This record gives sequence, structure tokens and C-alpha cells, in this order.
Amino acid sequence: MVASNALHNQHLLWRSGFGPQAEDISLIYATNSKQLFKKIYAASSAAPSPLLVSESVFPLTVKVIQNLSSYAKMDREERSKLLQESRDAIKKLNLLWLNEMTHSQAQLREKMAFFWHGHFATRENNIIYQQQLLEIIRRDGLSDFGTLLRGVSKSASMLAFLNNQQNRKSHPNENFAREVMELFTIGRGNYTEQDVKESARAFTGWGFKVNGEFVSRPNFHDAGTKIIFGKTGNFTGDDVINMLLEKKETAFFITQKILKNFVNDSVSTEEVHRFSDKFYQSGYKIDALMEDIFTSSWFYEKKNIGVKIKSPIELIVGIRRFLPIEFENEEVQLLYQRLLGQVLFYPPNVAGWPGGKSWIDSSTLMYRLKIPRMLHDNSDDATAPKQDDDVMMGQMEEKRKRNVAGKVNVTINWKAVLSRFDNTSRHQLPEKLVKEVLLSGNADISKMTAFADSSSKSAYIQTAIIALMSTPEYQLM
Amino acid sequence: MYIKRRDFIQIGSLATSTLLVPNFLKAFEQPKMLPPGNKVVVVIQFSGGNDGLNTVIPYRNDVYYRERPGLGIKRQDALRLNDDAGLHPALTHLKDLHDNGNLAILNNVGYPNPDRSHFRSMDIWQSASASNEIVQSGWLGRYLDAMCHGCDKPTQALELDDTLSLALKGEQSNGLAFKSARNLYGSSQEKFFREISASHQHHEESPVDYLYKTMAETISSADYIFKQSKLHPTNKQYPNSQLGQSLKTIASLIFSEINTKVYYVSLGSFDTHIQQESKQKRLFEELNDALKSFTEDLSENHRMEDVLVFSFSEFGRRVAQNASGGTDHGTANNMFFINGNLKQKGFLNEMPDLNNLQDGDLQHSVDFKSVYATILKNWLGVDDKKILNGNFKPLSFI
Repeated sequence: MVASNALHNQHLLWRSGFGPQAEDISLIYATNSKQLFKKIYAASSAAPSPLLVSESVFPLTVKVIQNLSSYAKMDREERSKLLQESRDAIKKLNLLWLNEMTHSQAQLREKMAFFWHGHFATRENNIIYQQQLLEIIRRDGLSDFGTLLRGVSKSASMLAFLNNQQNRKSHPNENFAREVMELFTIGRGNYTEQDVKESARAFTGWGFKVNGEFVSRPNFHDAGTKIIFGKTGNFTGDDVINMLLEKKETAFFITQKILKNFVNDSVSTEEVHRFSDKFYQSGYKIDALMEDIFTSSWFYEKKNIGVKIKSPIELIVGIRRFLPIEFENEEVQLLYQRLLGQVLFYPPNVAGWPGGKSWIDSSTLMYRLKIPRMLHDNSDDATAPKQDDDVMMGQMEEKRKRNVAGKVNVTINWKAVLSRFDNTSRHQLPEKLVKEVLLSGNADISKMTAFADSSSKSAYIQTAIIALMSTPEYQLM
Repeated sequence: MYIKRRDFIQIGSLATSTLLVPNFLKAFEQPKMLPPGNKVVVVIQFSGGNDGLNTVIPYRNDVYYRERPGLGIKRQDALRLNDDAGLHPALTHLKDLHDNGNLAILNNVGYPNPDRSHFRSMDIWQSASASNEIVQSGWLGRYLDAMCHGCDKPTQALELDDTLSLALKGEQSNGLAFKSARNLYGSSQEKFFREISASHQHHEESPVDYLYKTMAETISSADYIFKQSKLHPTNKQYPNSQLGQSLKTIASLIFSEINTKVYYVSLGSFDTHIQQESKQKRLFEELNDALKSFTEDLSENHRMEDVLVFSFSEFGRRVAQNASGGTDHGTANNMFFINGNLKQKGFLNEMPDLNNLQDGDLQHSVDFKSVYATILKNWLGVDDKKILNGNFKPLSFI
């Protein structure tokens, strides 16, 4: 029973957050998952403080926001500098958030924000707009979906990404209206092309000021009569969002995506309905939905444990939570993200990252398996891909020099890790290590630990952990 | 504290694990050379929805200039192909290919009930599904399934990219994605990986087995690809662009007679809602320069007849320009085919009918699945109906 408790707790920590932190390990054995979830839930109840990159990093951006006309005076070179400083600032924001995911006690909040980051996916090179959107999904990610949807829909990042700034009465641009339906709310098959065209008219005039503030511009708004979902009226963008929230399909679509992301890549319609009906009736309360999921017996069924392939971010943060790591050059983590196919703030498209098996191809798998040892070896591993792989930024024209992250230069605080095993006898070590690193009830212990260095207890623990993290099994949660 | 590489090598029980090397690894020790005349396909995906009307320009069409008062490409700027149409000014090498009879252009390619969302329409193209059905495998992946049943070799379809597109994901087999043969080989060399891979006992279809299978295939394929890439590396100068370097790798592999039948590369993003003119021009310059080196390289090595290059995009764009110096998502589009032995050259069909639009969009006259059927049946010589799960009339240009 204790063993299964520990496994359930591990499962919960990986799914509701980014895996166990050093301090959580004792907890795994000492509590049951209901109590553990209460703790997790409470830790995420407070509103988070926003993650902000120092404005000194992007002086040109600040200048343009304070005085838009300064942009007109900029020459080509200065404009390209403006873009570059903003991109560099977004990298800093990326690392800031990665650290927050690693160290924050509000694991559920950060995990939820990470989910919304893929759901409300934007690629915008403006640091201010990205910070604003991140604040929305971190602040409202556990509130109610309506509040979140309205916030995101009126964010500069989303409006810019989906071209609604250009959506005007004289020339409707459907991009925003289409994605709001297809990807953010009711999903495909629940609307017609006519609904998209008419909704685009309702959203005409929605835009933003240079500082990112939402603005509804009456001059560009088409106030005429529209027919949307069979209803006739001179609807506004807010009306369309309300109509979408009234539809049960939205609750189903969002619940299904959450279950697939947090529980299992394949869920049945019945399983979705079990949660989505209540979600709808609650007025889309996200925290209540998550509580429902994480306290259900279904969540702890064997078929749902250890079956999700970690996303690159979950992998990186998970390693960092288990092994306290100090980076001399934090940007090495951007390289990992790039090579593994998930760079925060740079989703492949508006649909976000597809996830599941799509994370794994030959090259990403092999790189995943190498990361733990590159961190531990602290060496400039000759096989580390640092050539031409410029997948970053989506800027084809940009010729990046060799990656800054040639050297790893990390320090793992092994002392903290080793002390956890002070009271573990030598013969118990293999099983305990496998259990704590791998979240797997039936891993082949002899194979996993056969590669460890058994010249001393500390060497054994270190090499066994690194070896275990370098396995296909560790890719699963 | 360092872990030395040898610490990862098991001292005891797994020392004999070389005995467990799967059979297909050994098969690669004597790679079978394919006879000259091995036909291969190079797919160039224009990601983001390329504007076909500013690619092949209908410069005698008044509607075109009326709908695109700012964005239309002037007749004198287009590269003349015939009285009715010219190419985008950046595509100088494609004009040369055309004039030499090595280029075919198919207009109005699409599918019924077109979807204007990028990822959906790309999925439709890559999976070869109908507009209203979801298919989780790609057409080239299913080609692998058909060709490569039980052969454990993902090298028959290679994508030059960091991740594998849906197009190359089959129901049983996957293609293999890499950008550099050397890096791929390097990362698969570790004894630790080779040994845990070899010692894995396959139990059942589960996520971890999927991972182990991918690992074993990677190790064997990496050896094979790297070996092949060094046999006859091209000496030709290629542009330093991503596409240029990818085509350079592909050329070296083609000359090596590796068993690869399909190469896949992407270029983008062509999603030109705004600032279309500069964006499309930049991408076409990259395309043009890379294709110039590639086709010259093929010609110099007498392989133009064996290689079919074709391009596609998930959709074309609206006929009318939008208010932002760009175009919105549209429908039907044109495709390029490059080969040294085309049965039909130049324009394969009629230009788009700009007087017969549907909701402001072009109507397709050729289903893209017919193009796939042509390539599968006439070029790769396989049963197209099974792979496409339907009967699509092949064309006759190859």
C-alpha cells in the first residue's frame, strides 16, 4: 500500500507540476495523494507576481512605447536593433519562467500556465506583449475560462499574432475569428465558414495601442447585422465570445484537451463528459476542474501512470527539480529547447505543440538521452549539436553564429541529493533510485543500474541517477 | 566530479551484449547498392500558404491587377514563360529550367471543401485525407509501411529538419529526421545507448517500447546514412541557407546510392498576411539559389532524369489583396515539378479562372491526391490506391 501510495504521489507531482523537488521526496512516502493534492492546491491559491524582464534590456522598445513617433525616425539599422533587443529580452523571459517552473511552490499554477501557453499559442517578437500575455495566463490560468479567454482575446500578443489589428470593416481579416472558434473554444465541426466570416465582422475594430493596451476602434467596426450560429443581431466581439461560452461544446473541447494533456493522450468521450458537464455548470471554474481530475480514482488508474511522454520543457524542468543545478550560462537551456522542439514563446503555429509521440523522432530522442550526462560531465561534448540548427525565432534570414552555449558549465549540488540517501542501505539503493527517478513500478532494475559506478556509495548514487535519467523510461511521466 | 565515459560501460553482465545486436544492424554491414536509375523524390514544402498568384503570374488577366492594385506583379517585372503567364522575378533559375524543358507547372491544385487553417490544411495535404476526415498518418509514412514491411529501416524516407513531419509518419514505420548526417551518427555512437538498446526486451505496444524501437532504428540508420554520405560527397558550392545546405546533403546521399526514395525539406514561412512583397521575395531567393546549385549538381552527375523535385503549399491565398500589403488564406494553388525526363513540359493545364471564384477564392480543378497517385504509381511504382485509400486518377507528366 505504501509503495502504491508513493507511486501515486509521484504521478500526481509529475502531472500537476514538474515532478518532485528534492524536498518532496520524503513527502512521497509520508502522505496520501488526497492530502498531497490539498497541499499542492493551497500552494497555488495566491495570485502570482508577474515575471518581468528588466526594462534596461530593451531600451529601444521602451522608447517607442513612450513615444510612437520615435519609431518613424528610426533608420533601418536601428529598427533591426529594436527587433533584436526584443528577441533577446524574450529569451530572458523564457529563462525567467523556466526558473519559476523549477523553483516555485505554485507548481499547479505554473503547470496550468504552461498548458495555456500551448493552447493560446502566439509567436510575437514584442517583449512587452509577450510579458502581458504570460501575466494573463499565469494570473487567470486557474480562475474561470471566460475571464481567461477574454483576457487573451484582448491581449496585444494574440491580436497581433492573428492579424486582428488589420481586421477592419472595409477589409475583414478572418484569422482571429477562425482560431478563436477552431482552437480556443468549440473546435472544428461546430461552426460553419459562414460563422467565421460573420464573426470576423463582429471582431472588426478590435486592436491594441503600442503599449499593448486593448482598444476597440469604432471607426473600423462593422456595426451591421450579422448572422452567427443561426442568431441575427448586430453582434460585437464580446457577444461572439459570450455565445461561444454558452456552448457546451466549449466545455467539452477544453476539458478534452486538459485531460489529454494532464492525464492520457487518449481519453474516451464518456471520460470527458464525466468532467466537462460539471465544468460547464460551474461557470468554467478551472481550479475546480483540476481538483476533480486530480482527486478522481480514474486519474490514479494504472493505465494513466507513466504513459505520457514528457515535453521538452517538462523534461528539462523535471531534471532541474530533482537535481539542483546551477548554470553559469543559462542559455544552454535555450539550446536544449531548440534541439528538442519546444522553445517557450515560439510555438510552431497557432495550434501550439502537438505533443505525445510527436516529440519523439530519432534526433530528438537521442538528444534527450544525452542531456543528463552532458550536464553531469560538464563538458563540451563533441556530439552536442551546435552547428547550423537555427530553428529559433522563425527568422529565415537571420544567420546565427555558433551557439553561445558551447560550454555547459553547470554545477550539480550533489550534496543535497546524496544526503537523501544517508539512511538507505546499500542493497536498498538500486530499487529506491529507480523508484524515485523513473516513476515506474516495473522498470528492469538490474539493467538500469548495471551501468553505475560502484566504487563508492556516492559515486554509485550519482552515476546511477545520471544513467537512469539517460534512459527511454525517463522520458515518460 | 566527472563520470568518465568508461564508467558507463557495464563491466559485467552486459559485456556480452554485442551478441544481442538485432539482425537488421548486421544487414547494414553490406548495404545493397541500388542500380543506377534509382528514382527518388524530393519534396519541397512551402510552409504557411504560398501565394500562387504571385508565383506564376497571370499577367494578361485584368481581374488579377484589379484585385491586386498594390500587390500585383507587373508584367514587365515577371519572368516570361508564355503569352499568358510569367514567374515571380526572383525565380530566375526556375525560368531557365522551364526554358530547358525541365519544369512543369500544374495549376489549380486543391481539394473539395478547402480548409483555410494552416495546420488543418497542412494535415490534409500531408496525410492525404479528405477535408472532413482526420487521418493520423502521412502519405509518405504509409508508403514506407507498404514498402518497408518489417524491414526496420527508416532510411527510405528522410527529412532534412529537426523534427519529423506528419507526412513521413506511417502507421507502423516512420521516416527519419536529421539536419546533419555527422551529428546524427555522433549521437548514436555511445556504448551506453547501444547497450541499453540492445538489451531491451520488447514486451508489448507501450510508450516505452515505441521509444526503444525508435532508438534501435536510429542507431542502425545513423551508421548507414553517415557511411553513405561520405561515399560521394558533392564538391558543388551551395548557398549557405538552410535549404541550400539541406539540398547539398540530399545530393551527396543521392550520389551514394543509399536506399532512400524520398527526401523532404521545408521552406517558410509564406504566411504573408502583411508585408508580402519582401517576405515572399526573400524566400524565393533562397529557393531559387538552392535549386540552382542542386539541379546543376544533378545535371553534372547525370541524375536529373532520376530525381523528381516537386513543391506544394497547404493552400494558396485570396485573389484580392488585403489592407495590410498582404493576402489572406485561400484555396487552390500551383505546384512545380522539376525533372530531366518530363513527359509533359511547361504548363500542364489551364491558368486559374479569376472570373469563376467561390467566395473570392480560386476553385480547384485537380485534386492533390491525383498528384500523389501519379508520383506513387508512375514514379515510385507502388500501389497508390492502398496508400491513398482511394482511387485518384493519375496524371501523365511522368
